[in-house]
Amino acid sequence: MKVMAQLAMVMNLDKCIGCHTCSVTCKQAWTNRSGTEYVWFNNVETRPGQGYPRTYQDQERWKGGWELNSLGRLKLKAGGRVRKLFSIFANPLMPSIQDYYEPWTYDYDRLFSAPMQEDTPVARPRSLITGEPTKISWSANWDDNLAGGPELAPADPVLRKVSDQVRLSFEQAFMFYLPRICEHCLNPSCVASCPSGALYKRSEDGIVLVDQDRCRGWRMCVTGCPYKKVYFNHRTGKAEKCTFCFPRVEVGIPTVCSETCVGRLRYIGIILYDPDRVVEAASVPDDKALYEAQKSVMLDPEDPAVIAAARASGIPEDWLEAARRSPIHKLIFEYGVALPLHPEYRTMPMVWYIPPLSPVVDVLSGTGHDGEDAGNLFGAIDALRIPIGYLAELFTAGDPAPVRAVLRRLAAMRSYMRRVNLGQERDESIAAAVGMTGEQVEGMHRLLALAPYGERYVIPKAHAEQGAQLEELATGCSLDYEGGPGMNGPFGEASGMPAPVAVENFHALRERQSGDDLDQAHELRGRVNLLNWDGKGTPDGLFPNGDGEKRS
Amino acid sequence: MNALDVVLWVVAPYVALTVFALGHVWRYRYDKFGWTTRSSQMYESRLLRIGSPLFHFGILVVVLGHVGGLVIPKSWTEAVGVSEELYHVVAVVLGTIAGVATLGGLAILIYRRRTVGPVFSATTRNDKLMYAVLALTIVLGLAATVLANIVGGGYDYRTTISPWFRSIFYFQPDPSLMAGAPLLFQLHALSALLLFAIWPFTRLVHMLTAPVGYLTRPYIVYRSREEHRTGARAPQRGWEPSSR
Ligand code: HEM
Ligand code: SF4
Ligand code: SF4
Repeated sequence: MKVMAQLAMVMNLDKCIGCHTCSVTCKQAWTNRSGTEYVWFNNVETRPGQGYPRTYQDQERWKGGWELNSLGRLKLKAGGRVRKLFSIFANPLMPSIQDYYEPWTYDYDRLFSAPMQEDTPVARPRSLITGEPTKISWSANWDDNLAGGPELAPADPVLRKVSDQVRLSFEQAFMFYLPRICEHCLNPSCVASCPSGALYKRSEDGIVLVDQDRCRGWRMCVTGCPYKKVYFNHRTGKAEKCTFCFPRVEVGIPTVCSETCVGRLRYIGIILYDPDRVVEAASVPDDKALYEAQKSVMLDPEDPAVIAAARASGIPEDWLEAARRSPIHKLIFEYGVALPLHPEYRTMPMVWYIPPLSPVVDVLSGTGHDGEDAGNLFGAIDALRIPIGYLAELFTAGDPAPVRAVLRRLAAMRSYMRRVNLGQERDESIAAAVGMTGEQVEGMHRLLALAPYGERYVIPKAHAEQGAQLEELATGCSLDYEGGPGMNGPFGEASGMPAPVAVENFHALRERQSGDDLDQAHELRGRVNLLNWDGKGTPDGLFPNGDGEKRS
Repeated sequence: MNALDVVLWVVAPYVALTVFALGHVWRYRYDKFGWTTRSSQMYESRLLRIGSPLFHFGILVVVLGHVGGLVIPKSWTEAVGVSEELYHVVAVVLGTIAGVATLGGLAILIYRRRTVGPVFSATTRNDKLMYAVLALTIVLGLAATVLANIVGGGYDYRTTISPWFRSIFYFQPDPSLMAGAPLLFQLHALSALLLFAIWPFTRLVHMLTAPVGYLTRPYIVYRSREEHRTGARAPQRGWEPSSR
């Protein structure tokens, strides 16, 4: 058995408030350059809705991902190698900029340069593609919060699958947000589609990256990815995609989207899997069996045989430890509440989702029922065909059973914990109804509702023996933080190498973020500057000392 | 044979081919990031889907034709029983079809470059120069073939131009062979030399990395983390902030 490690993410959709903070911070970090104006490595789409780019889930049209050929073997849905090379001169399945949206800016200069006039001058929109004045008619989240509902939402390919007759009447409307990044798939069809082999999966952590020096702009990966998460930089002529913030996770801190998530709904951890069984699992004939098949590729990090094989495959000890503590593994296996997004694309995606219970709860409370009563919730989960069918089309290739099972567990947690919070007796029967123990339910509640930073993100660092290569770490001693870097050099204060800013910020920030309360704000050691001060407390050196008046 | 002939048919080809070869090596070493087709399909697809395949399939046949005509000596084809007449008919028919497809495709591509707003604004001066030389070469080549073979009585370039072309690679260049060729063929050859000389510095470099390896490599590529790829290294080329 060969063992590989994979960084994976789980998002708890019930907690997403659709604020787009993740998208904006990601964009600031990665795609604020010309050529990528239209690119959102992280986007948040309202479901039901068309998504970004428009109707990307309609694989009959876009032909992303894999399918089985008549012999039952995996083939790229857009066609194999020969077909790709023959259609390389003009890719027939390439989305146009209009399928994403035409990015724009405003003519702000008008506001200052307009001559004196009766009316207030207006900054008109200008296309960032042509530079000409433009009319804004679409964007990455045009149908946010069901905007344009009855006209736009019926074009949602997922809704169309649920039922041909479904009209999105607002009486029975349900709505939730789906934040999306690249899935860093185990069987990535983007990698398989790249004619020059520029896309690759990192063998250490499974992150899928584009080698910018090897990409030749054949733009086949854009078609290959069924989630449309490879983007073409139209200025450089090269493909770009979500990097799982590898410079951050390599030093053990979470991705920007996770770090800044307002709902604290993202979890990052390690999964161990057997790469030699991926193709077999991705080829099971029944779409609905793919969820279980993908689970079967992932290995149990507590199993001694797995641990031995992992050691033999060169996985370091601290990674194994991280795999055992992985919140991802807990959510997928122990609590069984995380599901993959569109397993039927057969790419074995590694960003999983806890489906939202809120569509069910909303219906219950909307009709005057108690939305925290286990009986009511279970009944509704069985009865509400449309939201359940919709979630099933997203997460289990249309099979409602696993979605129901997950929602029942979430519902059970809700009623079980209500009794606990009200100081009532713990009701084991609620937990037993969903095949769990009360202790497990409380553990799940802790992870979903309370878990601090260090439990939501269990990210082993890139390896210590590689530490010397961490750039900007000018010397080994600057990592040595006690008392502050550079303060304890051999020749007294401030001797030795100056600490690189990134290291200083990293340690200070981590201390702050993993601290739960404001009391710890005073613990902020070392120098504080405006880059790493987050508004908590009044650290030394940032405000003038002396009489209390000035400080408060 | 005068000095001009030597300059045109000995010096110029060696300069052009050297620049072509060394230029590619230089570009590959110093500008891998710029080595791309710079596809403009995101901006416009309808015209591209007609023009680009027409042009590319045309030019690939033309390139093969040139290999057949220039590189393979006449004696070889005759040895396998291909008569001059047969060769001529095949070459002219196939060459004309491919040439017209190439030119038609190129016309669509150039029309698209000029008239589609976003494509035009993504067209650099380098692209314009490349298009001018490329179009000139193709037009001259097609004109020479059509005039010599269809209007005139036919011109057997395989007894003059082809041996000259091969003589360059034997390092025994014989400019007199070329000096006697019709003017249009001479001009075509010269513009082709110019095209080769600018080739490595234009987007045409994409041809040299045509992805034939795709046919044999495994689908999923795994790579180990590169050694100096960690942490907050200096930004890579292409990662400067938006200036617009
Ligand atoms: C077999 C090798 C070749 C391959 C795979 C190839 C592929 C491509 C691709 C993918 C594009 C981008 C089209 C787009 O999306 O905008 C392109 C553009 C282009 N290629 Fe090639 N090409 C090859 C050979 C050639 C040759 C031999 C020439 C000329 C002598 C050539 C000239 C061009 C030109 C001029 C463009 C720009 C078209 C435009 O956007 O206006 N290519 N090629
Ligand atoms: S989701 Fe990511 S890894 Fe999967 S196919 Fe798309 S770009 Fe590739
Ligand atoms: S930051 Fe968090 S809560 Fe806000 S949209 Fe993104 S995932 Fe949802």
